[in-house]
Amino acid sequence: MNQMLLALWRYRHFMISAIKADLRTRFNRSKLGASWMILQPLAQVAIYAIVLSSLLAARLPAGKGAHLSYAVYLIAGMVPWSLFAEVVSRSLTMFVDNAGLMKKIAFPRICIPVITLGGALVNHALLLMATLLIILITNHPVTWLILWVPVLTMALLVFAAALGLVLGVINVFVRDVGQVMNVVLQLWFWMTPIVYVADVLPEQFQRVVAFNPVAPVIQGYQNVLLFQQMPPFVRLGLLLVGSLVFLGLALYMFRKAAPELVDVL
Amino acid sequence: MTREVLRVEKVGKAYRDYSSEWSRFANWFGFKSQSRHEKWVLRDISFSVREGEAIGIVGENGAGKSSLLKIITGTSRASEGAVTYFGRIAAILELGMGFNPDLTGRQNVYHSSGLMGFSRQDVDGVIAAIEDFAEIGPYFDEPVRTYSSGMAMRVAFSVATAFRPEVLIIDEALSVGDTYFQHKSFARIREFQKAGTTLLIVSHDKAAVQALCTRAILLEHGRVIRDGEPEAIMDYYNALIADKENNKIRTEVKADGRTQTISGTGEVQVSSIALYNGAGEPVEFVAVGQPLHLRVKVSAQVAVPHLVLGYMIKDRTGQQVYGTNTFHTKQVVSDIKCGESIEFLVDFPANLGPGHYSISTALVSTDTHLVNNYEWRDLALTFSVTNLDKPGFVGLAWIPPTIKVLRA
Repeated sequence: MNQMLLALWRYRHFMISAIKADLRTRFNRSKLGASWMILQPLAQVAIYAIVLSSLLAARLPAGKGAHLSYAVYLIAGMVPWSLFAEVVSRSLTMFVDNAGLMKKIAFPRICIPVITLGGALVNHALLLMATLLIILITNHPVTWLILWVPVLTMALLVFAAALGLVLGVINVFVRDVGQVMNVVLQLWFWMTPIVYVADVLPEQFQRVVAFNPVAPVIQGYQNVLLFQQMPPFVRLGLLLVGSLVFLGLALYMFRKAAPELVDVL
Repeated sequence: MTREVLRVEKVGKAYRDYSSEWSRFANWFGFKSQSRHEKWVLRDISFSVREGEAIGIVGENGAGKSSLLKIITGTSRASEGAVTYFGRIAAILELGMGFNPDLTGRQNVYHSSGLMGFSRQDVDGVIAAIEDFAEIGPYFDEPVRTYSSGMAMRVAFSVATAFRPEVLIIDEALSVGDTYFQHKSFARIREFQKAGTTLLIVSHDKAAVQALCTRAILLEHGRVIRDGEPEAIMDYYNALIADKENNKIRTEVKADGRTQTISGTGEVQVSSIALYNGAGEPVEFVAVGQPLHLRVKVSAQVAVPHLVLGYMIKDRTGQQVYGTNTFHTKQVVSDIKCGESIEFLVDFPANLGPGHYSISTALVSTDTHLVNNYEWRDLALTFSVTNLDKPGFVGLAWIPPTIKVLRA
């Protein structure tokens, strides 16, 4: 463990430059550049907001400015979800994508997942800033509760990192995982109260949502950004403890698998 | 005795196949599963490398050279045994591997140095030197995707050798771009070597191995089969890749301590070989430019359809100076009867620089010893060249010039 941290510290320059390079590559030669990182999820929010608030208006809290609140609700859920989805889907292919590098150059393999996390986190930070701007523009209050956001993000990141690491390693040996996970993520999105409010669900579905590890974080975001409430502490605490154990297992598996990764890639 | 910089102990590498991926995963968590195939590509490799040595690792394709290098550089882990180093290892394996095409040359220097574990401050100190060495002018600040492959190679080599490592691993990829840069990179490698860097060179290029190396290790089927002086190892390797069937290899230590390698089927053999001067007297010491006369007598042990004699003059380090054969000179002998004896008379001038030389002979059926190798005899004969009456010069060849000096 200590060795891993030491290796990461020694390679910090490389990881920072890899994250920068990755961002640069993604938006190179596009006119709007990095703003696509924000525009894309926001466009998605706009689509959901228009489609759903006009179709399902009855199911949402009524009143003056209701559709604006719904937009904020959507954003509050979409921002953490897109962090989760990005970490998982990029982790899936991170070893396969870096096969050439891993086979030719000796560097601590743990750098790869950290670079993936770092890139997603930068993305998330920008999106979060845009979100705050939208909240202010739409006349919703921003309170001290916002200080919970880093805690929520951390809990989500630990879970996403652990899941991503396990899936990324398995995907090297069984490529089907990548295909399956794309479908699973879609399903997962709809099993999470992001575009709808959990209360509107039939009871049996509510139980499913209760076991959804991402739900407490999403709910926490919605609470602190829109509803001016505390995040759901108990479920969040459980998630954090569970995720840390999961991450420990994932790292153990990664250590065992690391020598074989290169042989198979 | 110089310091040890690298020790390879009983290293083996197996690629494991599992009956199902599940048993592979179970294996990581300590559940030993029986059903797996192991394919050993390296077994029981041990050697120790000292400061300043230059070691050539040779072997046929699939002998395990790349696997061994990967284990030494640390990209792949040995299945058994251990590799210990005392110092930094740098590898010039696939130049430009860590480059990102959208970053500029300068940014890539920082990026790939980071990949080798260097900090920004470290690179700040050498960036100017790297830019100078690469000599690609204003392109240094352009994205790498606009580079020609030669330019990318130049930057990559400059980065890889910006810091002098204790051990430098060089793969065949050393043919870096244009001739000018090749000379420049070779000069840098020699400079490192002088400063104490140990070189590990993997190459099929006999000349490169003999020019740079002080020792060679020959791998065959994942094992070290020979470890020693490059000339002898390369001769043995040469014999090894000859016609595999009925090929016997014999090595013998000569009186002067050099190892002679004789290989082949023995169907035709050299029975005597001698070198004479213009007056027909046998010579061992020869003057630069003197006419020489090589007489090779061969005898056929069985009847063979075609016979070609090849001979090669090599210098002290085993570098080929000149070689040809009777296939090239269109003097193939046909229908040789069992027990027949044939004499070849070769006249040539000793247009060689001062030094020690050896002659190797080959008895084959076509222009290569890879098809029918009757006999290949290294160090069949040795002689020395001294400069008695020619103006002073250096080098392996005597190329007499006419120099005119014009003054305005």
